[in-house]
Amino acid sequence: MAAQGATDVESVFREVYGQAVATLVRVFGDITVAEDAVQDAFVVASDRWGSGGIPPNPAGWIVTTARNRAIDGLRRSARGRELYEQLGAVERVSSGADGDDWGEDGPVSDDQLRLIFTCCHPALRTEHQVALTLRLLGGLSVDEVARSFLVSESAMAKRLVRAKYKIKAAKIPYRVPADADLPERLQSVLSVVYLIYNTGLDDPERSSLRHEAMRLARALVELMPDEPEAAGLLALMLLSESRVPARTAHEALVLLRDQDRTMWDRAMIEEGHGIVRACIRRGQPGPFQLQAAIQAVHCDAHTFDVTDWPQIVLLYDHLVAIMPTSVVTLNRAIAIGETEGPGAALTALDAIASDLDNYHLMHAARGAMLRRLGRPQAAAAAYQRASDLAATQADRQFLAQQIEELAEGNSAVQHRPDGLAGSQGRTPGR
Amino acid sequence: MNQYLLSTHAAAGGMPEGAPSTPEEMQAFMGRVIALEAEMDAGGTFVFGGALHGPDAATVVSSEAGDVVMTDGPFVEAKEHIAGFYVINAADLDAALAWARKVSDATNHPIEVRPFRATGRVADHVNQMPEA
Repeated sequence: MAAQGATDVESVFREVYGQAVATLVRVFGDITVAEDAVQDAFVVASDRWGSGGIPPNPAGWIVTTARNRAIDGLRRSARGRELYEQLGAVERVSSGADGDDWGEDGPVSDDQLRLIFTCCHPALRTEHQVALTLRLLGGLSVDEVARSFLVSESAMAKRLVRAKYKIKAAKIPYRVPADADLPERLQSVLSVVYLIYNTGLDDPERSSLRHEAMRLARALVELMPDEPEAAGLLALMLLSESRVPARTAHEALVLLRDQDRTMWDRAMIEEGHGIVRACIRRGQPGPFQLQAAIQAVHCDAHTFDVTDWPQIVLLYDHLVAIMPTSVVTLNRAIAIGETEGPGAALTALDAIASDLDNYHLMHAARGAMLRRLGRPQAAAAAYQRASDLAATQADRQFLAQQIEELAEGNSAVQHRPDGLAGSQGRTPGR
Repeated sequence: MNQYLLSTHAAAGGMPEGAPSTPEEMQAFMGRVIALEAEMDAGGTFVFGGALHGPDAATVVSSEAGDVVMTDGPFVEAKEHIAGFYVINAADLDAALAWARKVSDATNHPIEVRPFRATGRVADHVNQMPEA
């Protein structure tokens, strides 16, 4: 029972960390002070909650305790006294109301929203945005964040310190951007969340990142119900996640066309479809909504052969118009391979080949089209190049299979792998 | 109020890429810069700024234990050197970035934005300035 209690307390910590830090950043105007205060409060909580049980509003309890202890601490230290005098905010806090104010809605939600916009500010480099978001909003420990990105704990600690230094020294604001800047800034936040998801998708050992990303996306949808792109991102991740059980077999990637569709998670697909339909009714399409719509068409098909490819090409046309990146063009080319055939797809791929020369999915797609065109040697060379560039074991395993099949002379068989990209339709946000 | 250094760099020994090359272009360029500085002044944003002569005109002075050593040239023989800068007042980084964008539009150059921390009597001077 004691172990169970400790687990409960830990999961509550994970859940309330982001809320508590966000609120205390507003109060103290300093991320490090806020984090230290929350850590202190957790120490008190693990002592008290173990015997007395978890209070009804744990986030409020943590915020109140953290705030009081931080003020005590600030009063004691010399640097703190200086800070204390500088901060009008502390005045407001110490004379302010008690813990009852810190509900789960209202100010707390706004605080989290402010904090995620600070963490994902475009003046911070992407890996810092991701690390800060996981640490401050996701409540992952420094060690957990470090393991997620395959760096040492000390390297990650340094990265976080550098990022927090820049926020403080450069005065990156702690607020939700003005309406005029919101679409662009929101796209940056959503891209960070999607990057976290894709990092979890690439490596089974980091699968918890996918759940973290989906949790963050759900929070964003709740915090910004009027932003269809947030909903679009959630739908995109749900529809991608629904296919994860069928996506690998024997540690090799399984293409969309070969997946056992009965393994797809119907509940996730239904939720994703519902969101996509609601987005279509709103009529304010954006990159994430369009990518979700494309995935919705895939998930709608009970067999690969009944996939509505013309609809997918149409959606890619729309996506290319608002997000003309080479990766989007690559995915569109793969869809063209289904509507117009491999020759047309290859022509489309050649147009972006030099831009994406270091991207394994481009070479994998070329390999697939060359194979369908009956050019096994060129196809094998393309697959080999893809394999040299591929980052994951599952991808390399899949590519090795293709090269082996080509060597066995199976290229004429009506088995047409469509390149890795077709299996996920992934598009980096930026 | 916070302060930021907005600076631009130029390749050593030549005019930066995209620099005005004809008298007409130069005139248009100066017109944009004058308008920009007037806009900065009107809102209390402008603190100080201007263009620098080339790094060949620089001298490095170091004083150590009473010995003064002078070296001809800039600190580092780099490919790029600071070519001009503004120090501005801005509420936060977003405000400073918005000004950097305007400077970049007017000058056709990328602009580095760096928080500036006033020291010594400059700090006193800054503290006495009215909040913009």
